[in-house]
Amino acid sequence: MTQPQYQARIPVYPRSVKGRFRTLKTAILILAYAVYFLLPWLRWSRENAPDQAVLFDLVGRKFYVFDLVVYAQDIFWLAGLLVIFALLLFFVTGLAGRVWCGYFCFQTLWTDLYMFVERWIQGDRNARMKLHKAPWGPNKILRLGATWLAWLLIALATGVSFVLYWGDAPVLLRQMLAGEAPFAAYATAGFLTLTTYVMAGLAREQVCTYMCPYARFQGVMFDENTLIVAYDEKRGEREKGRQKPRKGLMKREERIAQGVGDCIDCGYCFQVCPVGIDIRDGLQYQCISCALCIDACDTIMDSIGYPRGLVRYTSENALEGKPTRLLNLKNLGYGVALAITIGALVWSVTHRADVELAVYQIRQPLAVILSDGRVQNRYRIKVNNKTEQRLTYRLGLEGLEPSAELDAGRFRQFTLEPEQMLPLQVKVRRDPRFVHQVRESFAFVLEPVGREDAPEVRHASQFYTPPAQVRGGQPDAE
Amino acid sequence: MSKDKTQKSVQTTGHSWDGDLQEYNNPLPRWWLWAFYATIVFAVVYWFLYPTLPIGRDYTKGIGNEITYTTADGKTVTTHWNTRALFLKEQEEARKRQAVYLEKLAKASYEDIAKDPELSAFVFSRAKVLFADNCAACHQRGGNGVLGEYPNLLDDSWLWGGTFADIQQTITNGRHGNMPAWKGQLSDQQIGDVVEYVLSLSGEPVDADRAARGKTVFMNNCAVCHGQDARGQKFLGSANLTDKIWTIAKVPQANSLDGKRNAVRQVVENGKRRTMPAWKGRLSDTEIKILTYYVHELGGGQ
Repeated sequence: MTQPQYQARIPVYPRSVKGRFRTLKTAILILAYAVYFLLPWLRWSRENAPDQAVLFDLVGRKFYVFDLVVYAQDIFWLAGLLVIFALLLFFVTGLAGRVWCGYFCFQTLWTDLYMFVERWIQGDRNARMKLHKAPWGPNKILRLGATWLAWLLIALATGVSFVLYWGDAPVLLRQMLAGEAPFAAYATAGFLTLTTYVMAGLAREQVCTYMCPYARFQGVMFDENTLIVAYDEKRGEREKGRQKPRKGLMKREERIAQGVGDCIDCGYCFQVCPVGIDIRDGLQYQCISCALCIDACDTIMDSIGYPRGLVRYTSENALEGKPTRLLNLKNLGYGVALAITIGALVWSVTHRADVELAVYQIRQPLAVILSDGRVQNRYRIKVNNKTEQRLTYRLGLEGLEPSAELDAGRFRQFTLEPEQMLPLQVKVRRDPRFVHQVRESFAFVLEPVGREDAPEVRHASQFYTPPAQVRGGQPDAE
Repeated sequence: MSKDKTQKSVQTTGHSWDGDLQEYNNPLPRWWLWAFYATIVFAVVYWFLYPTLPIGRDYTKGIGNEITYTTADGKTVTTHWNTRALFLKEQEEARKRQAVYLEKLAKASYEDIAKDPELSAFVFSRAKVLFADNCAACHQRGGNGVLGEYPNLLDDSWLWGGTFADIQQTITNGRHGNMPAWKGQLSDQQIGDVVEYVLSLSGEPVDADRAARGKTVFMNNCAVCHGQDARGQKFLGSANLTDKIWTIAKVPQANSLDGKRNAVRQVVENGKRRTMPAWKGRLSDTEIKILTYYVHELGGGQ
């Protein structure tokens, strides 16, 4: 018989399990949800912006992350962060396999939560299977309806929480409830509600098997030393394979004597599997390394008094009795690249200038000769106050003769509000008798006024004099 | 007894080429197939809603997607959806946003503009476009002009006056500058003398005797326009000869004293006619106001 070219999803009804890894996963889940749902509500005192600890202000082109204000021109940090995430993923995958998938991925976390809800309303595996096979009736409508409603509420909370990161949470939430929020807020919340519901409620393991690119390429980062969740086939099968426990095959010694494996074929390991595979078939691309089958098998082994670890975290080398070597060139390479990138990003974030001065010389034309014979250059200057303080500065020149004149119009001395950017157009005039070269370097200096702690800022620039005007060192020089 | 549900051996689609070439069958999820059908339905719906199929020299325009916009000259156009119409509609909306400022500008004085940072920022960005479209052909993109032909607007010398009123008058009605040719009117000797005098006014190390003789020639012939003090007169547009700025003579490009002499002699002998066209009728009053403010700020004004 040939199988069809398209097939319907084979439903998965994961059974509940208790154990070390389940406890760890639940702890991570609670922590992740606490951070995700509560972070927009954490307040942080700010002078010129909403008092929100983490706020991504797209309109103002500023990201607030606690005491760090990220400006549009710092966007390369995002690139650095993405490189770090990618390298971290490669590094961890090389060492410990799909840790991300099993414990941290949103798909895993939200599917887990949806399964908790499902179990709470409809009961465990067997009850759910029975309910789904049962004809439609009041009980089925009520239970499935309640589940779908609960899922929808979770999806809605997820979508709205995401939106709250992009505006002042209390204000934005009030606006959203009153119907006054921007269209983008509703569209984003709606889209995320829909995707959360579909991905965590309906698609589930299909996201990992058919959609996720990482799930498909993570295999290339694996080798025989990588930590995987695996079934110890030698111990589980021995010469005569797995057998149900029956008279004469109850005790472990009896099984060893008869060459029967330790696996009692109870099926608990694949009943708990959220992606619906049997770990005893070996390493499979669908496996997200959630480790719930380890908990399941350990529970059974404990109850029948066999040692734990028939299904365990191990490596292919370890299963074959060879040593596991994690310190290889690939892992070291990922580690070094990761350390360098993190170092570079931390350096960049901690060494950013609080007050930024940018100078652009106007080139059309570079120089103009004035009626008194002096040469004038013009510059476009941008001063950006990245601090949360009001700063007063005086613009000056450095490296030119004292007679060089700086004309900044009304803005020779100016006050910058917190996070303010001020564009200026200034002119510098010099007597050509003091000019020795066509291009001479000097610097614009911002000197703080009234505050000792404010940083002094300088920016190098050039003064251009037309070749025929360069008079420095000539006989008429004074 | 194993509860293994996965396929132990991979099946083939049943096709066979060249006797032994077969194709594995790994079934796709059915929803994937439905998603594929959905894209086909989407495409069919799209054909009806947007311009799609060419028919002879025409094409299908789509239904229920009309777009209406008003062009710059006031014509209202309704057409099927297309990106060009969308662009023109966006232009119309941009003009509406500009109109708020233009109305405000029409009433504002130059002092009002200087006091209002938002308004002066608008004037600058609008002026850059107007200047590039109308003035840059002669005065150059940055306003530095061409020595000998078109005045430099960035320096602090104003042939026709540098107040707002003067500049507005210059742009509105234009100017005619005329330096007559003196070759034949004055002897070669006299021209040489007056060149020495003009250069001496700018502090050049010239022959003092010739310059003194040149002064007499200047007073008798040139002072009528350039003034007794040689500082020029703005109602005639005559140049100030005592400062370091040369508007026609290519003195700044000369490397030697003789080169400078030659540059000034060229102008005295051949003269120069220059015309600033009138922009009244070509630019609106508000546009002239914008350019006046911009040009005044470029050179620092008076």
